[in-house]
Parts: sequence; C-alpha cells; structure tokens
Amino acid sequence: MSSKKTAQVFTYITLAVFCVLALRLWQLQILKGDYYREQSIKNRIRVVKIPAPRGIIYDRNGIKLVKNVPFYIASLLPDISEKEINLKALSKLLGMSEKEIRERIAKRNPKSLEPIRLKMGLSFKEVARIEARRSDFPGLIIETEVTRAYPYGKTASHLIGYLSLPTVEQLRNPGAKEIVQGSLVGQWGVEALYDEKLRGTPGMKFIEVDALGRQLRTIKIIPPRRGDDITLSIDLPTQIAAEKAFNKQSGGLLALDPQNGKVIALVSLPSFDPNEFVTGISPKKWTRLIRHPGHPMLNRVLQSQYPPGSVFKLIVAIAALEEGIISPGFKVNCTGSISIGRWTFRCWKRDGHGLVDLKRAIVESCDVYFYEIGRLLGIDRIAKYARAIGLGVPVGLKLCKEKEGLIPTTRWKKKVKGRPWYLGETFNAAIGQGYVSITPAQAAMLTAAIGNGGIIYKPSVLLDSPVEIAGKLSLKPSTIRILKRAMYSVVVGAKGTGWRAKSGIVPIAGKTGTAQVVSHRDDEPENRWAPKDHAWFVAFAPVREPTIALSVFVEHGGHGGETAAPIAKATIEEYIKQKAKRENEGNHTH
Amino acid sequence: MKVTIPIRKLREIDRILVVVPVIITIIGILTIYSGTRPALEQYHPPFYIRQLIWLLISLVAMAMMFVFDYRWLQRLAYPLYAVGLFLLLLTIFAGYTGMGAQRWLRIGPLSFQPSEVFRIILIIATAKYLQSKRAPIDGITLAMSLVLFGIIPFSLLYKQPDLGTALMLFLITSIMVLTYGVRKRILVTLIALFLLLSPVVGQLLWKGLKPYQKNRLIAFIKPEVDPYGIGYQIEQSKITIGSGKLLGKGYLKGTQGPLRFLPEKHTDFVFSVFSEEWGFIGSLVILGLYLLLIVRGFETAYIAKDPFSTLVSTGISSMLLLYVTINIGMTMGLMPVVGVPLPFFSYGGTALLSNFMAVGLLINIRMRRYKLFY
Repeated sequence: MSSKKTAQVFTYITLAVFCVLALRLWQLQILKGDYYREQSIKNRIRVVKIPAPRGIIYDRNGIKLVKNVPFYIASLLPDISEKEINLKALSKLLGMSEKEIRERIAKRNPKSLEPIRLKMGLSFKEVARIEARRSDFPGLIIETEVTRAYPYGKTASHLIGYLSLPTVEQLRNPGAKEIVQGSLVGQWGVEALYDEKLRGTPGMKFIEVDALGRQLRTIKIIPPRRGDDITLSIDLPTQIAAEKAFNKQSGGLLALDPQNGKVIALVSLPSFDPNEFVTGISPKKWTRLIRHPGHPMLNRVLQSQYPPGSVFKLIVAIAALEEGIISPGFKVNCTGSISIGRWTFRCWKRDGHGLVDLKRAIVESCDVYFYEIGRLLGIDRIAKYARAIGLGVPVGLKLCKEKEGLIPTTRWKKKVKGRPWYLGETFNAAIGQGYVSITPAQAAMLTAAIGNGGIIYKPSVLLDSPVEIAGKLSLKPSTIRILKRAMYSVVVGAKGTGWRAKSGIVPIAGKTGTAQVVSHRDDEPENRWAPKDHAWFVAFAPVREPTIALSVFVEHGGHGGETAAPIAKATIEEYIKQKAKRENEGNHTH
Repeated sequence: MKVTIPIRKLREIDRILVVVPVIITIIGILTIYSGTRPALEQYHPPFYIRQLIWLLISLVAMAMMFVFDYRWLQRLAYPLYAVGLFLLLLTIFAGYTGMGAQRWLRIGPLSFQPSEVFRIILIIATAKYLQSKRAPIDGITLAMSLVLFGIIPFSLLYKQPDLGTALMLFLITSIMVLTYGVRKRILVTLIALFLLLSPVVGQLLWKGLKPYQKNRLIAFIKPEVDPYGIGYQIEQSKITIGSGKLLGKGYLKGTQGPLRFLPEKHTDFVFSVFSEEWGFIGSLVILGLYLLLIVRGFETAYIAKDPFSTLVSTGISSMLLLYVTINIGMTMGLMPVVGVPLPFFSYGGTALLSNFMAVGLLINIRMRRYKLFY
C-alpha cells in the first residue's frame, strides 16, 4: 500500500530534517559559541566609568591654584513619561521655562539610560529647595559631579588654563579612551599640557541590567585612581604683583629663574576667567571673548611676536664682541643720523649722542653706534648669534602653539622675498626693527642666558622636573662682564633709559626696547589717536648672580623705559621679597 | 460505545509513546520555571505550576484516547468536525484577543484555544473522508478534500488571525492527501497550477497580513536590518542558543530569559532557554527525544492495520514533525517567526492537552494493530 511506503519516506525526511537542525545547533553553539556568549554578556553587563578625582595644581609655595568642587545637576530619570511630569510646577521649581524643559526632554536619546539633565550648576540654595520638594516630582533627581574651580580667577589663567567638555578632535584621539563621558578635559595651559597626568585613571563599575535597562545589581567595581598633583614653579605672589603692575594695560611678561629655566610668572593680559568655561560657556560669552578687541584668548608671551627694538642690540653687541670686530673701547661719533646714498637712518636722539663707546651705546641706546657695528658684522653674523641664543625657534614651553619669531638672513630674504639683502635692512635689524621679530618668551630666554653667563636652560613650569640645558653659548668672560655692566648702568646710570626700574632692594640690570608700530612714523608729528609703539623691557637681578630674569612687553606702551621698566621692577622686588621670606621660613624650620 | 480494556491490551501500550512525551513535558516545565525566574521582584509567575496541572489533566486525556477502539472515531468524525468548525467560527466572533490575535475562547474560568483541539479533529475527519474513496484519488475527490479540510479551516484560522496554525493545518491536510495517493496526471497539473498561481496567492496573503506578521517575515529574511526592531527576537534567540556553547551555562544560570532579552521565553522560544542552559549536548538530547517520538509515529502509520489508522497516524506524526521543525528552526533563525509552539515543551495548556490526545490516538492505533484480536 502506497501510504505505508510514504510513511517510510517520512522517516527518512524526519532524519534529514533533524540532521539540518543539529548542524545548525553545532554552528550556533560550537562554531559561533564564543561570539554569542560574548553577546549575551554584553546584553546584561553595562560598564559605567567612574571619573577619577583630578590632580590639584599648586604653586611653588604650595598654594592651591585649582580646586575640585561638587557640582549639582537637576535631572530627570529617563523612564519617566512626559505625562507624569507636572511641567508647570517643575518650571517654577527650577526657574526655567516650560518650553526649555520640554526641549531638553525632547532632545534626549531614547535608547540612553542616562538621566536627562535639566539644569546644571545648581546653587546650594536650589539644591535644598529641590530636595525638600522631591516627593512631589517623581523621577526628579539631583546628580552630583565634581568640577573644577579656579579660586584666583583671571590670575595666571593663560598658564593654568581651563577645562571643558572634550572637543570632537579630542575624542577622536586614541588617548581619549580614558575620558569618561561627560567629564572635563584640559583645554589650555597646564591643564591641557599635563592633562593625562592630572586626569588619573577612571574606575569601572560593572552593572547587571535587564532588557528594560533596570539596574539589577553591581557585579564588580574597579576604583578610580586619582590624578597626580602638580606643583608649578610659579610664585603666586609674584604673579599677582606682576599682573597688578600692568595696571590694566595689555601685554605679556615671562619671568624665569636664570639658573634653571623654571618659570616664576607668566602674564598675558587681558586674560580670561577659566571658571566660565568649566560649566559650559554660553555661546554669547564665547563670542564676546573671541571678538574682544584685546584678544583675551591669545597668550601674548608665546603667541605674539613683535620687533624687539633696542633689546636686540644686546645680541648685536655680543656678536660684535665675540667676532672680535670691535673692542669695548671702540667708539662711534653719533651725529643723530647716518646716511647711505639717499637714505638717512636716524638715531632716536635727533641731535646725536656725540662720541660713544659700547657701554654708553647700550646705556643710552644709541642707534647710530649699532648701525655702524651692524654694517661691520653683516646680517648673517648677527643672525648666527641670535639663533644660538634661541631666537627664531619656539622656546618649547608647550603651553600652547608657540610663535617662533623671525631672524632674517640674506638667504631667507632671497628665498621668501626673492630679492637680495640691502644694507639698510641690516641697519634696521641692528636696532631690532624691520624683519626681526621675537616673542616675549624668547626675550626672557635671552635675558636669562646673559644673566647666567651663557647657558640656555629649557624652560619649564614644573618645580620638580629635571633641569635641562638646551644650549650653551661659549662666550668670552669679558663679553658677559661688559654686557652685565652696561645693563646695570641702563638702570642705575645717570642717563640710563631704564632708570624707572632702579630698586632700593636689589641691583637690577636691564635693557629697554621700543617696537615701532608701522602706522606711526617718527618724522610725523605726534598723533594722540595713532597707536603708540610697543614697550619692551628685559631685566635680571641681582646683577652678580641673578635669581630672576624677565621680559616685559606692553602693547602700545610707548617707550620701554616708561611703561615696561616699572613693571619689571615691581615683579623683581616682589620675587626677591618672597624668596627672602621663604628662605627665612626655611631657616626657622630647620 | 463499548469500553473494554483487556489486560493483554494494556501490555500493548507503547512505552516509547508514553514515556518520551512525559519526559519532554517535564523538561519543558523545568525550563519554563527557569525562563520565567524573576530578575528583581520576588514574584515568580506560576506558569510552571499551571503547566504541571495541565500535564496531569493531559495524561488522563491521553489514557481516555486509547481505552476505546479507535474505529468508533470514524462514526463521530463528521459531527466532531462540524463542532470544531463552529468553535473556530465562534472564536472569531466571541473570542478574546491576546497579542493582536483572537485565539482564545473562555468558558467560565477556563480559557482555551479551539484551534489546538481542532488539529486532531481535522486529522480524523480528513482520514475518514479519504479512506471512503479509492486510492489514488481523482480530481474531484482531491478538490473536495482540499476545500473541505484545507481551505475552509485555513480561512477561519487566517481570520483569527493565526497564520502559523492555518498554514500548519493546510500542510497536514495536503500531506495526508498525498500520502493516500493522488493520480499522477492530477498531481502534475496541481503542481503546475500551484507554481503558476503562487505569486498571485502570495501577494494576496501578504496584503492580508497584519503589520507584525509582515515584520516577522522581513526580519527572517534580513535579521540585521534593525537588531533592536523587528530582527530583535531572532537575534536574541540566536544569542541565547549560541551562548550555551557545548555544555550550557547550567540549570537556572541562563540570563537571556530572566533578564527579558528573549521575548516569549516560556512559549515560542522555550527551546532557546533550554539550549542556553544545557548547551549543544542537552539540545541534541532533546532533538533525539523528538526524533524517537516522530519516527515511532511514522512506524505506527506503517504497521497500522487499516487505511484510516494509517492516515491518522501519518497526520499526527507529520503534524509533530512540522511543529518541531518549524519551532526549533525559528529559534535558530532558519525559519520565520510564525508563532508555532514546540509540542510538549512550550507553555500552553490546550496545546499540551491536544498533543497528548494525539499521542493517545497513536497508542490506540498501535494497541489494536493486530487483526487477530477482533
């Protein structure tokens, strides 16, 4: 009977079908078993990163420059439906419009299990008010996070920097794996430079969840490792004194220890308040900062470059002495100007200095003297010494993207401008005008090198980092001696241009400089509306064995001796006082 | 009806057909217990207790199915079929809805799915109709049987809508008809006609599907389309089975069910929960048990003494084969999700009852296969 045969056939079909099922089982459980096991673990285990407390930044006296403070956020649990929320009462409680709340809720990611943040940065008073009425608002919670506070506000903000939410590029960085979502990342200054050190290692919390996203239990916790503290070499009282001395003028100051390159103070004015960035700066405030005519976001010490003016004469003098072109007794008769062909190059002193030697030429900043030795040296030999002392290359402080300045050579001109070098340009360069430009940081570096006898230390903002020597100028002892003596006379000499830096506490050596602002020409009558020249002053003290070297740059400050020298004096005096105080305290404790 | 159980006959009760379904059901109850474990709250849904009670009821029902001579059923076949169709019709109008489909009838505190019991009635009625005709059957008989026992119940079930059962029963009827024998010419014509019309019929069926049914089919063809949407069930089921690996995570150690990643964990996807905890080895044991049961069923068809009992046992065995293949295939992503329970294993009282009754019939047929006893 055929139906009996069919029953037999069906037995074989059954066997075949079961073979297929078994093969599929083998494929799923044996071949791909590891993959599916992992998927099942991923399903139920959620890993939440626990942010690590960020390291504290101290100044050299142990003063806290930053603080970690709690930060309160009013949030809604994600599984709360909109119907359950009494929008009207909630808007009253939080002091924000119903529309704003609705927008925040609408913006959330529907798959996210994170609470919806309604209002950030609650005050203690607001926290207390919300806590008291929590039972009226199901799903309303107060999240606590740690944020950064900068107790000294705008002080040293370019040095310390600030934190904010990471940018898209920062998140793309391979090192970004360590960044906990929603946590803050260093964006500027020390906070950015030593971000990884300060950040620490986030901890991890393994939570078992179900398909509804309910957290069932905590399986494992790996505690976070706190970020390392950092002690900066800056001296806060000196920093404050320096900023105060600028008296609201724009400019920059870099003070460092000429014996090791440690930064004592770094001033860039106008500055910004880092506290504004931490809780998310509003677009309006950001625009105001960016569009501010004073460019508060520019680090003037490292990111702006100007003609060094007469400060550059120090380099020319070194070059001339080292090359043996002149002896210290070499004299030039300054008649107020020098002419080549139809061009006339003036000294700043119209009626001339008369017969001047090197010392007087530095002290009274005689231009004609340097035109003359500039002519004898030639631009390339000047450039050789300028480069050797660290000009034309970034100083390597790495706090931000540094400018490198410009030290022109004949080759440079041919390459960039396509023209030969002219003698007149050597004249300009010899007095630090024309193509030559340097950053205030480079000015401080060259001053420190002169102060310590020719060693170029790699600058650093960390107090305890090993001292690194970037280069050594093998100068004749006489060259250093002559320069130091001349620079001391700049401050204390009868006709010294830097007399305003003269201190009753400490012997200071310095050099003034004035960077011409292009729109303003000497032969035009003084126009009070035209921007004034920039003022430079570089100095070190005490003269014999300096412990501080600095550069001061005042934007549109006019002559260096007038505006920049008093700032240098105030800064140096404060530092010497602080140093004495520290040493006293040290003696007492020992 | 004369009910006699001679001692000799009792000895003829097939042990495999009794023991294997009971073992599978007990494993099923244990798996239901594990799969419905609560994750957080203390309340454990009592599905496993209900299923245990249904097992006891089903054992009685199974016994009742083999105490009488199955030939009595031939007389009752058509009236039973009429009642069955009426119940299906009633379900459409008076049934209550569960999960987007009206499948349940409520009688007092009890609710049951008429379509589950209807399966057996359909097999009996089809067998009765076919055995009254000469094999191989002619065109008119073929058309009659396909309309009466194929298209009519299909339409009623499709309307509920219970597409899974509708297709399943249509297939069972077709298998029984083919098993009985169809004239070759007619068979060829039929196949040609089917191939010609299938696009049109497919289109009509597609249009009649509910959105969730369409999604299931899309999800079957392209599960990676949206792992959190329509492909979710299939993907989660594959994760559940695959994560069991060779030896499984251990009993009560499965996570996919209790943490609710796997939907329908105690009904359609109960096999996945078992596989997660018992691994490849455990799953093979289950496959072996089903294989034993189904092959025993077809063997019963082979040794049955008359065309009616051959047809009935072929119908029951192929029904079991279809349900097991489609359900397990579905959990492993080999078949679309059509909502077919795993016989004896999935939670569901009416289904358990009807499956035990079906096996009871097989036992009945086996017991009375010798003409000698009459």
